[in-house]
Amino acid sequence: MVNITINNIPVTVEEGTTIMEACKIAKMPVPSLCYLKDINEIGACRVCVVEVKGIERLVTSCNNVVKEGMEILTNSPKVREARRINIKMILSQHNCFCPTCVRTGNCQLQKIASELEFGVGTYKQHITHSNWPTDFPLIRDESKCIKCMRCIQICDKVQSLKIWDIAKTGSRTTVDVSLRRNIKEADCALCGQCITHCPVGALTGRDDKRPVFSQNGFLNTKGKTTVVQVAPAVRSAWAETFHLSRKFASPKRLAGALRMMGFDYVFDSTFAADLTIMEEGSEFLERLKHKEKYKWPMFTSCCPGWVRFLKSQYPDMVDCLSTAKSPQQMQGAIIKNYFADKIHEDPENIFSVSIMPCIAKKAECALPTMDSTGTGPDVDVVLNTREFINYLRSLNIDVFNLPESEFDSPCGEGSGAGVIFGATGGVMEAALRSCYYLATGENPDPDAFHGIRGMDGWREASIDIAGTEVKVAVVSGLGNARKLIEAIRKGQVFYHFVEVMACPGGCVNGGGQPIHEGKEMAEIRSKNLYFLDSKNELRFSHDNPEVKRVYDEYLEKPLSRMAHKLLHTDHTAWNMPLAPKRTK
Amino acid sequence: MSRLEVITKTKAQSVVDDLYKDLERRIIASPPGLCPVDMTASFLKLFHTQTCGKCVPCRIGLGILVELLEDVLDGKATMDTLELIERTARVIYNSADCAIGYEAGLMVLKGLEGFREDFIEHINEGHCSFHLEQPVPCVTLCPAGVDIPGYISLVAEGRYSDAVRLIRKDNPFVTACALVCEHPCETKCRRNIVDDAINIRGLKRYAADHCGIVPPPVCSESTGKKVAIIGGGPSGLSAAYYLQQMGHQCTVFEQRNQLGGMLYYGIPNYRLPKERLMEDVANILSTGVEARLNTTIGDGDNELSFKMLKENYDAVYVAIGAHTDKKLGIPGEDAKGVVSAVQMLRDIGDGKKPDFTGKNVIVVGGGNVAMDATRSAIRLGASNVSVLYRRRKADMTALEDEIEAAIAEGAEILELHAPKEIEVNKKNEVVAMVADPKIIGLISAGRPSPVSSDQEPIHIPCDVVIIAIGQDIVSESFERAGLPVKRGRIQASDDSSIPNVDGVFSGGDCVTGPATVIRAIAAGKVAAANIDNYLGFNHIIESDVEVPDPIIENKSPCGRVTMMERNTTERKQDFEIVEKGMTCKEATQEAHRCLRCDHFGYGVFKGGRVEEW
Repeated sequence: MVNITINNIPVTVEEGTTIMEACKIAKMPVPSLCYLKDINEIGACRVCVVEVKGIERLVTSCNNVVKEGMEILTNSPKVREARRINIKMILSQHNCFCPTCVRTGNCQLQKIASELEFGVGTYKQHITHSNWPTDFPLIRDESKCIKCMRCIQICDKVQSLKIWDIAKTGSRTTVDVSLRRNIKEADCALCGQCITHCPVGALTGRDDKRPVFSQNGFLNTKGKTTVVQVAPAVRSAWAETFHLSRKFASPKRLAGALRMMGFDYVFDSTFAADLTIMEEGSEFLERLKHKEKYKWPMFTSCCPGWVRFLKSQYPDMVDCLSTAKSPQQMQGAIIKNYFADKIHEDPENIFSVSIMPCIAKKAECALPTMDSTGTGPDVDVVLNTREFINYLRSLNIDVFNLPESEFDSPCGEGSGAGVIFGATGGVMEAALRSCYYLATGENPDPDAFHGIRGMDGWREASIDIAGTEVKVAVVSGLGNARKLIEAIRKGQVFYHFVEVMACPGGCVNGGGQPIHEGKEMAEIRSKNLYFLDSKNELRFSHDNPEVKRVYDEYLEKPLSRMAHKLLHTDHTAWNMPLAPKRTK
Repeated sequence: MSRLEVITKTKAQSVVDDLYKDLERRIIASPPGLCPVDMTASFLKLFHTQTCGKCVPCRIGLGILVELLEDVLDGKATMDTLELIERTARVIYNSADCAIGYEAGLMVLKGLEGFREDFIEHINEGHCSFHLEQPVPCVTLCPAGVDIPGYISLVAEGRYSDAVRLIRKDNPFVTACALVCEHPCETKCRRNIVDDAINIRGLKRYAADHCGIVPPPVCSESTGKKVAIIGGGPSGLSAAYYLQQMGHQCTVFEQRNQLGGMLYYGIPNYRLPKERLMEDVANILSTGVEARLNTTIGDGDNELSFKMLKENYDAVYVAIGAHTDKKLGIPGEDAKGVVSAVQMLRDIGDGKKPDFTGKNVIVVGGGNVAMDATRSAIRLGASNVSVLYRRRKADMTALEDEIEAAIAEGAEILELHAPKEIEVNKKNEVVAMVADPKIIGLISAGRPSPVSSDQEPIHIPCDVVIIAIGQDIVSESFERAGLPVKRGRIQASDDSSIPNVDGVFSGGDCVTGPATVIRAIAAGKVAAANIDNYLGFNHIIESDVEVPDPIIENKSPCGRVTMMERNTTERKQDFEIVEKGMTCKEATQEAHRCLRCDHFGYGVFKGGRVEEW
């Protein structure tokens, strides 16, 4: 243990503690801007500086550790002056037209600047701009970038894709796509982790609200049938911004909000998640039956960020992906085919929106392979959770009086197994519940496979299904996915079935989810989903009556010709920029 | 008003003078990878400040150039801008009244020629291809990439054996380098910005002198692969050390009686005592490396054939160094008393010391080997040793410390004299050196050329002439065995493989020509990594030493500790080591001067520490 004083108050902390952590423990926290625990501790912004007695110059608290006898001052005049001037310097190069920024009110720079209370600028503003393709799902606004380097670090260290890098030199140093590529030529998975870790509004998802909600948007176009689906993970997070209790913010209230927005039909993607399990589970059992015909393992295919990753990093392993479409695209295809028949509507006249926690979904819906009717995309527009929340806020509805509403039927009901798709391990667990049934004809205990739950980036289990030992693994975060694949390729591990989610913790922590500075929300959001699962009367995808109905009335059975046409896809039918060759 | 006054500096002027010195040191520490257009614009701004304001091109033109360059940097320029920059700079060069102006114009013209693509890239792409190449200057500049801030911080904590273990991750010749490394690591040390570079080699020496016996890491499980290494010098032994650690059985074939190559046979004992070199060699051999001494690979009698090695080993590393001398090509060179420095130093290494008692010796050359020969000749009893060099002393390529030491020990430097002829007597013995006096002339390719002084040759009586004008590589037999050789050098790629020759790698002096120990070691390290991959493995070399967190302390300007030497009258009588190590107090103080660029600055973000290779 190390004895120090912070603002003259004695404190004892463990050896190796950073000054910042020590100050936090002592309840005298130091503000920070570029700091991201374990990911970006580089002392770039110089906001977290403190004074150490006896040391002439200020010291960054984020990346220096305490030493016995250290006397730390967190608010001395020297410290406060440095903090204020440094923030003013950052503001001199930051586009401060805050009211128009999607991050206003949720911006770390804005927060720190307002806490330090200073008037209008001291320094002349110099704002730089760059050309960024505004039709790309990931948007970078040079004028707002404060060069904290978090995006570079999260992409390098957590996602292992190295999409971002330092660009230019000297005073013009900035961040840009690495290897001087255009983002459209880059192997970006579109996980959006850089967005959710950007402290300001420099990185955002493309705003697609206009074609939906504007005066001549589809919701306001006569003669259009508008449908919306909402992903499992959205329900785990939308309440956060409104400070609603998780109990109050029920899935039905989410449906109620969407109905108030004016959608004609409101569906739950959980239905399609159940459908995914039927198809993917059957596909897995089929592959297991003819082991020698297939390359192993079989990878899940519901995460489009992961599909982009595999196609760009390990194109020779694309065959390992399940051919099942993601739930979003299954739901989209079912809506424009089966459901269109049901309501006697021409698919051309159906405008289909999805609310997703994910940036990559915005790219997925536009793939050439995702038009099952030949009349246009099965899902026309993807809105992220944040876009949904922002639109809801703009309606000035008193959210505390939101009514609950049922999802529409058919194609609206989902099982608890479908709900947990939003958490890492959820797809695997749901699949195992149904595979067990499909192989044995009996339902297992719905919580039999809970061992696969958790927040570790790479988990594995060995499961007995009707006398066959099945080795499964679950990874989340693309860095972990890479480690797993490398281990598979080196023959160090073997699995039959692997679930991969691009975002650490799964969709609940997706790049389109609400942003909370310095907090990782995956665990708490996952708990919410597991809670909803446990309370659901339906715990098995194959027990979902609406799923049974769609097979009876339309698809016949899993892997049927019709199922293949609507619910499966060819991952090789579109191109993804390959990973660049890098020297070590 | 008095008629004349003594000029005294104003306070402002003397502060500015100090700032100039600070700037000089800052430029020394300037990292590579900075955008040259940006640098040019910054220099122009300084030059513009220097203008006296009298003549138009300098007073106005330099400012215009700054603006135009800023346009290029901001992506606002077109190719027309580039042409305008060129015309403007040309006019400033052609018409400014004094050097402040015309040299500034010339700088821009040089840039337009030297990095025109960079200008064009800025114009077309909005940015340039340059990026910071030196997160931690010392580590980047060390060819072997030794973790210098890491081991300095260990020295500061008194953890000398850990320091040695950390160094050995990248360089197994810790002691040899502690004594003789040319320390390129120090050249751009960021501490220069504060006061002066850290004495890195001195700190390494302190660690090497005080670490005790540090065993090497345990080798990986045997792979069953065998690697033949030709040449027991620093490159070959470094490759052997790492390959052996990776589990491949290495056999080193050394043509001489001792391992160490030029470290043993080229560097005199007073700089690198043999028993100190053997500390490194013993450590390397303790990993299980086999050494076959007195074994020449070639196609002569009693020589092992290269073909045989290729057939019997899974990979071969050729690291034969550069062990033969270059000839002057003047009359009398074959006389008795004319000796090559390489040969003489090798003989001394083998214990066959020539007796120069009472003799007049002339050493021809200006490099480090010339200084080694000079200082050895003094120790062999020569009554007079002169170094003949065709340029000025300042142009010599030897380390300044070596030249100064030679002078202190009594050598004379005969600069600006080129050897013309060696005079011999009837017995074909050297009697004198005839040398042409030169004057220093125009600078070409950065070095001033010696040109004729139009004076008569001088005649310097002498008994011994030692020729130290460079070394060559004995590579003929390898050329005959099918390796590509150009001007004596084996043509290996940067990854040390040889194009179109499967399983054969080469590195060190025999590839680069005579260079430094640390470059040879680095080549051995590169070869080890790529041979490992060639053999189908990817063993990781790492160190388990944990580097201490930086200490928060004031970095007040402080003098650089230099190492003392034994006094000249005493040391020139023997071949014992000249340099004295630092004291503990000195080493600790010097270690604390380190700015820890691995932690402060760019290093904490990217490239601060390479933990494995």
